[in-house]
Amino acid sequence: MTDAPPPADGASTEAPSAGRAQSRRSPRDVNEHGERRVSSGFGRYLLKHAGGAAVSLLLVLFSSFFIFRLIAGDPIDQLTKERPVSPEQRAAMRAELGLDQPLWQQFWDYIAGTLTMDLGESFQYRRPIFDLIVERLPATLLLSGTGMVLAVVLGFWIGTRSGWKQGSRFDRGHVATGLVLYSAPTFWLGMIVILVFARYLGLFPVNGMRSPSTPPDFWSQAVDIGYHLVLPVLTYTAVVYAGYLMIMRSSILDEIGSDYLTTARAKGLRDDEVRQKHAVPNALLPTVTLVFLALGSVVNGSIVTETVFSWPGLGTLFVNSIFYPDRPVLQALFVLFSSSTILAVLCAEILYWFIDPRIRRS
Amino acid sequence: MLLEFKDLRVTYRGSRGRLPAVRGVDLAVDAGETLGIAGESGCGKSTLAMAVLRLLPKSAEVSGEILLDGEDLLQMGWGRLRAVRWTGASIVFQGAMHSLNAVQRIGRQIAEPILVHEAKTTPAAAARRAEALLERVGLPASRARSYPHELSGGQRQRVMIAMALACDPDLVIADEATTALDVMVQAQVLQLIAELVTERGVGLMMISHDLSVLSAVCDRAAVMYAGRIVEQGPAGEVFANARHPYSAALSAAFPVIGDPAARMSPGGLAGDPPDPVRLPEGCSFRPRCAVAVERCGAESPELLAVPVRGSAGVADAARVSACFVAQEGMPVVL
Amino acid sequence: MTATNALSPRALRRARRRQSLSRSWAAYRSQKTGMWGLVLLGAIVVLAIATPVLIDASALSVTQATGGRMAPPSAEYPLGTDETGRSVLALTLWGSRLSLVIGLTATVVAIVIGTAVGVTSGHIGGWYGWIALRLSDWFMVLPSLVVAIALLAVLGRSMATTITVIALVSWPGTTRLVRAQTLTVQSRPYLERAKALGAGHWHQMTKHILPNVLPLVLASATLLVPSAILMESSLAWLGLGDPGVVSWGSILNRASENGAVSAHAWWYLLPPGLAILLVVLAFMLCGRALEAVFNPRLRGES
Ligand SMILES: Nc1ncnc2c1ncn2[C@@H]1O[C@H](COP(=O)(O)OP(=O)(O)O)[C@@H](O)[C@H]1O
Ligand code: SF4
Ligand SMILES: [Mg+2]
Repeated sequence: MTDAPPPADGASTEAPSAGRAQSRRSPRDVNEHGERRVSSGFGRYLLKHAGGAAVSLLLVLFSSFFIFRLIAGDPIDQLTKERPVSPEQRAAMRAELGLDQPLWQQFWDYIAGTLTMDLGESFQYRRPIFDLIVERLPATLLLSGTGMVLAVVLGFWIGTRSGWKQGSRFDRGHVATGLVLYSAPTFWLGMIVILVFARYLGLFPVNGMRSPSTPPDFWSQAVDIGYHLVLPVLTYTAVVYAGYLMIMRSSILDEIGSDYLTTARAKGLRDDEVRQKHAVPNALLPTVTLVFLALGSVVNGSIVTETVFSWPGLGTLFVNSIFYPDRPVLQALFVLFSSSTILAVLCAEILYWFIDPRIRRS
Repeated sequence: MLLEFKDLRVTYRGSRGRLPAVRGVDLAVDAGETLGIAGESGCGKSTLAMAVLRLLPKSAEVSGEILLDGEDLLQMGWGRLRAVRWTGASIVFQGAMHSLNAVQRIGRQIAEPILVHEAKTTPAAAARRAEALLERVGLPASRARSYPHELSGGQRQRVMIAMALACDPDLVIADEATTALDVMVQAQVLQLIAELVTERGVGLMMISHDLSVLSAVCDRAAVMYAGRIVEQGPAGEVFANARHPYSAALSAAFPVIGDPAARMSPGGLAGDPPDPVRLPEGCSFRPRCAVAVERCGAESPELLAVPVRGSAGVADAARVSACFVAQEGMPVVL
Repeated sequence: MTATNALSPRALRRARRRQSLSRSWAAYRSQKTGMWGLVLLGAIVVLAIATPVLIDASALSVTQATGGRMAPPSAEYPLGTDETGRSVLALTLWGSRLSLVIGLTATVVAIVIGTAVGVTSGHIGGWYGWIALRLSDWFMVLPSLVVAIALLAVLGRSMATTITVIALVSWPGTTRLVRAQTLTVQSRPYLERAKALGAGHWHQMTKHILPNVLPLVLASATLLVPSAILMESSLAWLGLGDPGVVSWGSILNRASENGAVSAHAWWYLLPPGLAILLVVLAFMLCGRALEAVFNPRLRGES
């Protein structure tokens, strides 16, 4: 924030600052062969993290097999429900599902199947799970993708201004609002939003993604879907944006008082130019990876919102499969949801290499 | 006068109460003149430098006058102040690593003030000027595309100097511009500053805790202690023939320019600088002064012309000192 | 001499600890929002504890319910009734107990696991430390709601499974924090000294490392409780809660199953949801204040 206080030992030297320590070291940081070292370093870095992600994915496959095949009980019982079945029928079903094979063979088939996108068939819909997922993925991506973009933009915009004027009325008001919305359970907020905007005010549809009466042409459909999208996105954004607000705010707070901002001010920049051109790019650096991490939750982060609004995405599919119970679907979605975050983390790590030079040196 | 401080006072409000960091400084820099300001860490040098462009934090109360070309900076509106910043006076900050924006290319950072202050200049022209400035400070123009962390400490400090010259200011303030550098690099950068100052005829206010550095570059030197100027005069004379016990100790501490051994273990001065919140009665240097007399504990000495030793009591208007003993013409070292 | 030597360091340590405690408390007290959170939390806890005295447990019985079906608020039922004629006020007050108990228990379990794994992995290191670290990383990356739903779907619905599942998805954060802190503490000279004097692993971990990491753990625990409560309510609302108990999430589950939204029964929806919001907010305020006590940069000194 300011200079280091005068040294207590009475030495009449300038207190050694972090700046001095760094400048002392830096000539050695720059070397002529930097480029080559960087690229080979990246290979190792990538290999290490990709390897880690691969192990994590295998672990997910393994644990899903373990959870759903071993703990979940006999799938035939689940499949047949209360219907009486003869032992022969049972045996036939076991054979059809491959349950008569030894366990390791089942595991191998499962891994091979998953890797080749053969995810099995849904008990409930009697259709390949892969088709179900492909069918429902766009709805999920639309809802949480829109919500995520809005939340990040809104959260960063408010967070920047909040942090820049810490303790101001703007700051206190927005932090309070953000905290309250963050504290609200998503499903409840969704129900209240439906109650107010759909039931009382009648402004938006209660649930679903489209109305059956809409003409089939593209624009009518798009408008209709957009209309249905408003309340779910509102709910999703309201719950999520506060997190980004807080992250950006504290990241800005970290930058305030930095010397380079004083330089920018000394050059004659306006306060808002200092903030936007200098503070924000620096403050964004540590948050970029967080945003990338959030990509994972574009696939799996809207389970509750989808359920409240009966949005025909992967989240509702997951929840509906619990009670059927549709074990193959649960298992496939569990793997899909988990791997989406693992891959997002991997992307964030790769990105980190490019945006943070410090990592390249270590 | 290019820059003139009139009874400048800066007080920080903080958790420990009011901290007077600058306590009535009168000082002037002529156009094209180089003035050095020396003093231990914490004596208020940076505060003085930051006050010029009104860069102090909100917690600082500033009173007095700072005239830049006769215009009081403390009374300026924000728009006028922004216009004066970097065109009237620019600063080379201490610690270039932190004073440069880590995520912006160097060329852009140098060109930025040009684009801010000269509406007619195109970005391409500003970029060319930035490259020319880089070459002038001894760096290849291709460095414009580098980021600060890709440079060494000395190179970064050169970038800061190039940046400070971007808008052709009348005055450059260099706050500990070479402190963080190795001795060799420090000498080169000092040489560069001295060259540029004569070449462009800009006024320079150079701040350092190292009096020997100042004596090498500056025409005049002022020594600061506990927020006040305690001695002022031609730089070489202040260094070689101090008229204040504190300046004498500072000269003794840094006998050779940038000698790292001296920096680590300065000779000649025991004790700590006083806590600005609880300054001693009388002369603030008294607790560390070896030649103090009775009067020093009761009265605070004014900054007055002092007779130069050996000149038979004739006061030299160019030498002022805030020391009773020196004002009597007596020696300030035992 | 031996007697004073044996006693005084401990007394000294205790005095020092008391002193740092009072300093932390002073730092905490200086934060207005943290104090508000504490007051709010106190009020909620008192209400939850006093509920059995205020309202008889029979108010939860479906068969003994006397009110109308989803009747709006009246003098007799200040917050209206649910679909079986029970008082929403009574349900909400009783629900507080379950929500708090599940949230707190799950947090305690998570903290205990997290601290144990964190301290041991940091202290012992080696293969064990590496595997523990990788495992907690892995758990950390998995989407917690997905894991919780999947586990509850196969383990069955009960209070114990709910707590287990929430604890299982919450421990890795604590592990990382504690591990990092353990590594810092370990590099301090007094631990080197203790090691040189022949202190065993157990002694080092319990007498030196643990006391140093606990304040941090406390602060992070305060922020774990609200997420545990939110998680519990989401799971219960999805219908994965213990069918035999009343928690805020399960009240809202019944509300939506029975069409409270289309019936415009706001009195049925608002109280449990607001209750969750207030508890979570109270914990968040306290947690943020505690965090600021341990990390002065956040305290708003500019
Ligand atoms: N922003 C600030 N708030 C409070 N006190 C400050 C601030 N900046 C500097 N000070 C205090 O003012 C005095 C002078 O500091 P400074 O001008 O940085 O001295 P120098 O540059 O000579 O080392 C020191 O005692 C320092 O602790
Ligand atoms: S006035 Fe007195 S105390 Fe101050 S410097 Fe001179 S002799 Fe020392
Ligand atoms: Mg300074």
